[in-house]
Amino acid sequence: MSTAEVYEIVHRLGLEKAPLLQVLLAVQEASPHKYISEEAVNEIARLQKVSRCRVYSTASFYSEISLKPRGFHLIRVCSNAPCENAGRGEIQKAVQEELGISIGETTQDGIFSLESVNCLGACYKSPAIKIDHEVYGDLTPEGAVAIIRRMREVFKNERTA
Amino acid sequence: MSAPLNGNLVFNVAGKEYVGLDLYRSRGGYSALQRVLQQSPEASIEELKQSGLRGRGGAAFPTAKKIEMVRDNAETDRYVICNADEGEPGTFKDRYIMTHLTFQLLEGITISAYLAGASKGILYVRHEYWEPQNVLRAAIQEATEAGLLGDNILGSGFSLHLEIFSGAGSYLCGEETALLSSIEGRKGRPRLKPPYPTQQGLWDKPTLINNVETLSNIPMILKNGVEWYRSLGTSDSHGTKLISLSGDIQKRGLVEVPFGITFREIIETYGGGAKPGRSIKAVNIGGASGVLVPPEMLDTPLEYGACAKAGITIGSGAVFVLDDTRSILDNVHNRTRFFLHESCGKCTPCREGLRQTHAIIHKLMDGSATPQDVDRLERYTDAMQHASFCGLGTAAGNSLSSSLHYYRDEYLDHCAKENESSDREEIA
Repeated sequence: MSTAEVYEIVHRLGLEKAPLLQVLLAVQEASPHKYISEEAVNEIARLQKVSRCRVYSTASFYSEISLKPRGFHLIRVCSNAPCENAGRGEIQKAVQEELGISIGETTQDGIFSLESVNCLGACYKSPAIKIDHEVYGDLTPEGAVAIIRRMREVFKNERTA
Repeated sequence: MSAPLNGNLVFNVAGKEYVGLDLYRSRGGYSALQRVLQQSPEASIEELKQSGLRGRGGAAFPTAKKIEMVRDNAETDRYVICNADEGEPGTFKDRYIMTHLTFQLLEGITISAYLAGASKGILYVRHEYWEPQNVLRAAIQEATEAGLLGDNILGSGFSLHLEIFSGAGSYLCGEETALLSSIEGRKGRPRLKPPYPTQQGLWDKPTLINNVETLSNIPMILKNGVEWYRSLGTSDSHGTKLISLSGDIQKRGLVEVPFGITFREIIETYGGGAKPGRSIKAVNIGGASGVLVPPEMLDTPLEYGACAKAGITIGSGAVFVLDDTRSILDNVHNRTRFFLHESCGKCTPCREGLRQTHAIIHKLMDGSATPQDVDRLERYTDAMQHASFCGLGTAAGNSLSSSLHYYRDEYLDHCAKENESSDREEIA
């Protein structure tokens, strides 16, 4: 993401005086690869009138913020005890096999990134995963794979349309 | 005791319906705010004091006292913050309040802000709660248009500007001082207390921080009266508690129970007990930072005093059941992994303690540990409990300590075993 794009997002959303974390989240959300690039760090530091060190310090602390490019869709597998006991392992295995990647990686086609997450607050329907902003619960390995295949299909159709 | 099954007490959790502004008002919603605005703040604070309401986020601090501490501060530029960073594993009560009883929460925030003399409010909602954030954003807009938020609320001259601040995936930010650092743009690391947030909070101004469930109790107490509220629960703990039930039980979900009910009743009556043919081996009360107790302990009543005596932390009110097919070490391993990830690294007991305890539990699981390792685990746990800078390290220590206390044999059993093949996969 270029310096100009970061500048544009910050002004469009009226975040000139917003708290640093909210700026980081907004810029990441608008970034096509859902991450904070080095250029973005520099520009955010300039706009917030803080050091780049401060921006890195904050950005690197939070699990939600990534300093490396992610896929178009972000899949997060809940890994706390209620989901663990309800079958997190099988879900994760099925998802990893379907995507051919492990936790912390992105598929070669750039469609999916896989991460683990701490408690989604969906223990009443564990095992749960979150894809982008949506939580999917009471999952089976087949169900999780079906959701991913559907999303891949939609992604490809949109790109060719 | 016969408890009304998920009855409509303080929270209408049985309804499972979104209570919009019109519906909320038709049920008497915002009548408490109206009354509060018409009487002296001291009178309302006195009512809350009489109700005995205590913080539901885990620390159980008397709510009225906290409001007074902010109110009495000479600095008049004050903040009110709703802590909606619900990250305690096994807990989903605040999610329900935010998405279903949204206006009850907003009314509670508004009343507490008025009583504390704060005109700026922040709802700190965890990033994973995207849907609750959207519901709240729309509700704030609606309440503002109805004159229930924003400038000159209900013509009283009192104003409250409420904003949503999204977290970014840090469990520790639920700790109030870490939450403040997070809003101020820094790493979500805890600060030394005192000064407490009520003295020097956000941007060093007096700040009232309360949990979602606590704030949502306030309008109901002021609407239905102190007598009504005190009739719920016991003489030690008034009112009700939201319990997030999960794990190896027949019915998972959110329930509201009056204080005084036993944990066994909660699990049997509301959760339907263990699954067919299975029995309960352990219950984790209070989330990852809570304790792991054997079934014999379940006759303890849900009550601050009785629980403190029994060494049970009510915490967020998460009740997670493990049946006889589960391994205690698996559960403990999951928790140390969680804490290791969430530890901010500021203090040595927590940072290094968790690293070492996690390594020892690994050794136990792959069968290479000795009984001396279990002793070492106990020493490190003790150090974490006593020397950690903030509640995260202390809680991690407490949760390990309870499992070592009740299930030491299981730890030692793992030592005895010869290297058996392990197919457990690592979580990155």
